[in-house]
Amino acid sequence: MFDDEGMEEIKQIFLEESGEGLDIMEAGLLNLNLGEADLEVVNDIFRAAHSIKGGGGTFGFMEVSDFTHGVETILDQMREGKRSVTQEAVQLLLETVDCLRAMMDSIRDSSPYDEPRINALKERIEILLSSDNEAAVAEGAETSEEPALPTKQLDSDTPTENGQADSEWEIQFQPHPGMLQNGNEPSRIFRALAGLGELKVTADTSKIPVFEELDPDCCYIGWTLRLITQEPESNIREIFEWVVDECELIINKVVGAQLENVELAEPKVVPIGNSGDLQPKQSEKPVAELAPDSEVPKVAKVAVPKQPVKPDVDSSKKTGGNKESSSIRVDIEKIDSLLNLVGELVITQSMLVRYSKDCGDSILGELRDGLEQLERNARELQESAMQIRMLPIKVTFSRFPRLVRDLGLKMNKKIELKISGEQTELDKTVLEKIGDPLVHLVRNSLDHGIETVEKRRAAGKPDTGVLHLSASHEAGNIVIQVEDDGAGLNRERILEKAIERGIVGEDEQLSNDAIDNLIFQAGFSTAEQVSDVSGRGVGMDVVRRNIQDLGGCVDVHSNPGVGSIFTIRLPLTLAILDGQLVKVGDDTYVIPLLSIVESVLINPERLSFIANDSTVYRLREEFIPVLDLKQTWQQYVEVDNQEEKDEEKDEEKEEVSESNRLANKLLVVVEADRKRYGLVVDDLCDQQQVVIKALETNYKNVNGLSGSTILGDGAVALILDIPSLMRLYFKNEAIDRMATIAS
Amino acid sequence: MTVAQRENLDAEINLSADCEQYLTFLLNGEEYGVEILKVQGIQGWTRVTPIPNTPDFVLGVINLRGAVMPIIDLRKRFALSDVSYGPATVIVVVKVVEHDKERAVGLVVDAVSEVYNVDHHELKPAPNFGGTISTDYIKGLVTVQDKMLILLEVDGLVNEGVLGLVSDQLIQ
Repeated sequence: MFDDEGMEEIKQIFLEESGEGLDIMEAGLLNLNLGEADLEVVNDIFRAAHSIKGGGGTFGFMEVSDFTHGVETILDQMREGKRSVTQEAVQLLLETVDCLRAMMDSIRDSSPYDEPRINALKERIEILLSSDNEAAVAEGAETSEEPALPTKQLDSDTPTENGQADSEWEIQFQPHPGMLQNGNEPSRIFRALAGLGELKVTADTSKIPVFEELDPDCCYIGWTLRLITQEPESNIREIFEWVVDECELIINKVVGAQLENVELAEPKVVPIGNSGDLQPKQSEKPVAELAPDSEVPKVAKVAVPKQPVKPDVDSSKKTGGNKESSSIRVDIEKIDSLLNLVGELVITQSMLVRYSKDCGDSILGELRDGLEQLERNARELQESAMQIRMLPIKVTFSRFPRLVRDLGLKMNKKIELKISGEQTELDKTVLEKIGDPLVHLVRNSLDHGIETVEKRRAAGKPDTGVLHLSASHEAGNIVIQVEDDGAGLNRERILEKAIERGIVGEDEQLSNDAIDNLIFQAGFSTAEQVSDVSGRGVGMDVVRRNIQDLGGCVDVHSNPGVGSIFTIRLPLTLAILDGQLVKVGDDTYVIPLLSIVESVLINPERLSFIANDSTVYRLREEFIPVLDLKQTWQQYVEVDNQEEKDEEKDEEKEEVSESNRLANKLLVVVEADRKRYGLVVDDLCDQQQVVIKALETNYKNVNGLSGSTILGDGAVALILDIPSLMRLYFKNEAIDRMATIAS
Repeated sequence: MTVAQRENLDAEINLSADCEQYLTFLLNGEEYGVEILKVQGIQGWTRVTPIPNTPDFVLGVINLRGAVMPIIDLRKRFALSDVSYGPATVIVVVKVVEHDKERAVGLVVDAVSEVYNVDHHELKPAPNFGGTISTDYIKGLVTVQDKMLILLEVDGLVNEGVLGLVSDQLIQ
């Protein structure tokens, strides 16, 4: 039915949906109270498991659906109140969720399943199922309105009231025109029906339009089916399960010559069994119809602002699983192209602004008005387009309850996880990349921060440690904090270590915060024992590096005996940057405004030249290393050499000319890795927002540059990546140490 | 349809089966060809923004309708004598593919010459002349209208022969 590509797409959709299902299951399981379970939560978990099973079956991943079947049975029993929610069961279910994730990964890379793990878990599920009462198992399978395994074997084991004699069913099946486009194939359904018994199919072709109006992708045919079978009605309905939202379906039992509508009490379009609430019925909201669920290859889940917020929340509560309607799936390529267009618009606008400065007085007023409007429009458009990429940080935070629970059990610590601000929105790319550093920080806080119960008691603290994850907006930045009420950082040990490693000089005076932040230096670990939880001390500098790569920064504030707070600051988006344009020679560069501390006119008397290649500048009472791109970058040196070819100079003169050369130039003082550096530039130009264009798109990433942008005159300007630039040119530790700010 | 037209059409169909069209350009008097399907466009000379710490044959980047695209000087890469860039200098924009990723790269050439149909059967492998350019980057030599064309393997030339060298120089 599908070519390879089609199959690949369907696989992707299955994986994506199952991934969401697994997230729901995991979150639900973690929320379950032992003993008396919240029916709502169990239902959610059950539905998620059920659709994974169904999806697995439909798309031909039989191992998945087979494996999920046992899980579903356990959940079904819980749901019906036939099984109590024990710690053991929850643990087992969580492990099956992990195993299913691994299976999804295997499907994704087309690698073989981890059979021993699957079988071991299956066995444990079997044991759990048979451990309580045999009756519960049989009954559970029977009463679940659609028997969980669609195999005949199980059905014959658990005969149902309809199952004893042949009965005749009349099925009226009228697909909606769009059904075929979602990959549903009527003939497959009919084949499945024919597998249940004797089937007669009559097609109703009256709705087929004239040829000119015919859309070959639409389904215009309706069918009337007659089926003679022993199977109960629920089995028939199960076959239609995946199309129930996309067709009119009436199933009647034929008794003798009469038709008996078995569902007199229920509406005509009946969702099948329990799974009815799984998917939105006829959605009331148009957004849901926009969602081309099965057609998009690469999809981003995007939250769409809901028009009437309050009523919507209510209605989604009422209908239970009706969560789909609050979000749509948008092809990420479409978003990117929209963003590109908007970027383009911004460029055009800055171009117009430039023209307006050049032209005569006559039309100036009007032109300016128009331009102001254009600027406003462009910015609004830009913001709203950017919103599409924004996702709540909940997506990332949701993995922590599980992590904290598992680590708590492992380390024998009692930990309560508090999460706040999970609705704070972040750019999707940032969101994906912030996950690992956050996990590292959380692990670190659990391992080194929060003490064991005994130590806590001794310190007069409550047994349960509190880990607080929070996110918020602050002045155009996103601030994420990981806060624990543990022991705080051990400053003496940090300082000791730092001196031992030569990071800090022995007699250096550092403030408390400066000491705390030393943990972000490379190769630093204060854990007295290396544990498998928070790694081997290569972590914190990697955390810092990752966050810097996102254009953000991280620092720690610690209070001995009270706890530590790690604070991450991130830009709202990676696509646009506030920049300062500077001139070096003929070229314009962009320095991110965030990196700039101040700019000063160079006073030659304050320059000192150490050895042959190092320059420092005395700024007030601080010596800062100076980077002169004109002396460093080959492209400028060559030009200089050509100009000065015939001038012969001796050593002394050189130094004089050096400071003269820098006279009247500007020094942009920048901060990177909490150190200050000076960057020599020829001129400061405008400050403006620039649209970042990755060099990697057509070329390669370049060390020291974070990308490029297009200026108003159409020329390309390179954006300097200050931290990496400074790392590139100031490896010298002596300068490094001198530059450490004693704050 | 007249017989003549039909024959013409047949000829064209035959052409497309065994022949490919090549855009040729001049470089120090020699004529080089690239598959025309690889060519995205031809661009006049604009100011190039230099990129620091790159080999000299990567001149820098330019703005091509909103995209930032690197410019490679084939003269410098082929170790030919320098010529100055002026209004007559032409940039051939080619699309190259590496691991499913498509890049647009501008090649600076002396002048654009012709479009030729080249029959694959007439293609002769390049002799191993052990020069600056590995024969891996040359698809073959062919004679068209008594001229020798050097047909370039653009993907290899740009990915390995140019960008491959860039990363080596960055790690210092």
